[in-house]
Amino acid sequence: MQRVTKSVTINRPREEVYKFWRDFENLPTFMQHLTSVTVTGNGRSRWVANAPAGATVEWTAEILEDRAGSLISWRSVAGSDIQNEGSVRFADAPADRGTEVRVELAYDAPAGSAGVLVAKMFAEEPGQQLRDDMRRFKQVMETGEVVRSDGSLEGAGQGVLKQRPAQAPEMEELKGLK
Amino acid sequence: MKANCWMGKKSVEVVDVPDPKILNRRDAIVRVTSTAICGSDLHLYNGFMPTMKKGDVLGHEFMGEVMEVGRDIKTLKVGDRVVVPFTIACGECWQCRHDNWSLCENSNPNAALSEKMMGHAASGAFGYSHLTGGFAGGQAEFARVPFADVGPLKIENGFSDEQVLFLSDILPTGYMGAEMCNITPGDTVAVWGCGPVGLFAIQSAYLLGAERVIAIDRFEYRLKMARDKCRAETLNYEDVDSVSETLIEMTAGRGPDACIDAVGLEAHGHGLAYMYDRAKQAVGLELDRPIAVREAIMACRNGGTISIIGVYGGFDDAFPLGTVMNRSLTIKSGQCHVHRYMRPLLKRIEKGEIDPSMVITHRMPLADAPKGYDIFVNKEDNCEKVVLSPEWE
Repeated sequence: MQRVTKSVTINRPREEVYKFWRDFENLPTFMQHLTSVTVTGNGRSRWVANAPAGATVEWTAEILEDRAGSLISWRSVAGSDIQNEGSVRFADAPADRGTEVRVELAYDAPAGSAGVLVAKMFAEEPGQQLRDDMRRFKQVMETGEVVRSDGSLEGAGQGVLKQRPAQAPEMEELKGLK
Repeated sequence: MKANCWMGKKSVEVVDVPDPKILNRRDAIVRVTSTAICGSDLHLYNGFMPTMKKGDVLGHEFMGEVMEVGRDIKTLKVGDRVVVPFTIACGECWQCRHDNWSLCENSNPNAALSEKMMGHAASGAFGYSHLTGGFAGGQAEFARVPFADVGPLKIENGFSDEQVLFLSDILPTGYMGAEMCNITPGDTVAVWGCGPVGLFAIQSAYLLGAERVIAIDRFEYRLKMARDKCRAETLNYEDVDSVSETLIEMTAGRGPDACIDAVGLEAHGHGLAYMYDRAKQAVGLELDRPIAVREAIMACRNGGTISIIGVYGGFDDAFPLGTVMNRSLTIKSGQCHVHRYMRPLLKRIEKGEIDPSMVITHRMPLADAPKGYDIFVNKEDNCEKVVLSPEWE
């Protein structure tokens, strides 16, 4: 399995940060490749991610461990498109600095479009995708939403080559945005 | 709408672009009534800032009338008159909560780019490359203002645009430059650069209690403004062999107690060091020409303070770190935390302690922006500050 870990400090109370993540249906608001997560009960949830060329990749995850305010871990069940597992830890940052969030993800790269998705997520720089997702998570927790600019309509994670010029978009360009 | 766009090195054009749109719930759209060309826009114009894209709308000094607000904006309403700070800040992160607004942790969507160059990212800013977020600027008929509940300052006292426009950047920047000097009675402050920021730094140094302010430049018309409008003693560096030795002599061997660099990365000078920086910058081996700050460090009295408000982009050669260490110098710097200074400086304007409009030498319609850049960069027609308005024909 390929592993990647990233951390970020968020200026909100630990309970609040934990709670937002614990509702997995919130994850697509800041995880760029996720289209939806649906909680199906019994600690299980159905995850749908974008793969290249309009394809999607789906898997079911089950919660392994859930310690209120401090840790959530999960893994995909047998038979998923992508075998993966993850954990997120929440700790108080020193003094008035909020909450330290540490995420660890691991994937098995299969063949086919799911494999391309995994390759894309790890790209040339392992961890950059996760780092961008964490930046968006911080924005959502601290400011209420993902911050957009004219150059980066989808927010953090648009490499400079993918950016538009810094001028307002046409209405049509806003339609596909999350 | 019409907007002044960066089209490549030494090329700006006023062209038709789409009108700004609300992209976040805390945005506002402002109809620009006045905007200005900043000395730091010339670094973009001259091609010294990486990550510019053809078509980027320029401009980070602007004010106007609120036309539309996002659904989370409760503090502004349509019709309000506002000055917009050039740095964009969320008001919620640890840095904003500690009054360090230009270090906002959330307002730069392209922070990853900055992190690669600088280790960490600074805040977003209007019209200032994709390193600071790729936000369209204010040299336009309309502008989108993110976090409009945090940044824009309402103007309700009937002041003209020209009296308050520079609260957006250059007045707070000059003031912060002087404030970072921790001026105490009897202090002599030397200011490199008599552009608008330098002039505001001179005035601020006096407001904060400096005994003497010595201003350094090479353009006689700028030195005259420093003398006549700001009470500075002046030094034309082209008239002397060594700026630092001259300053040391002017202060009876002590050196200025604090030195402000209001020049930045495109400093001019003479002699070998200047030729060296120019050559390296020309072939891309050095991003900056740190001549002013080197002189400032050499001139400053033992234990004094160097305040850097001129813009630097990257890495600098022959930086006299040994002087800093052995002579107990303190270096302070930063993009201005504009949000921190807007209200207190508006009070000073109200009290008549400062009249920011004194720096303006040229007024033009927005459509003439390319001409404005041209005369400003070439220092033609005694150009000090160009104000543009989309409202003028």
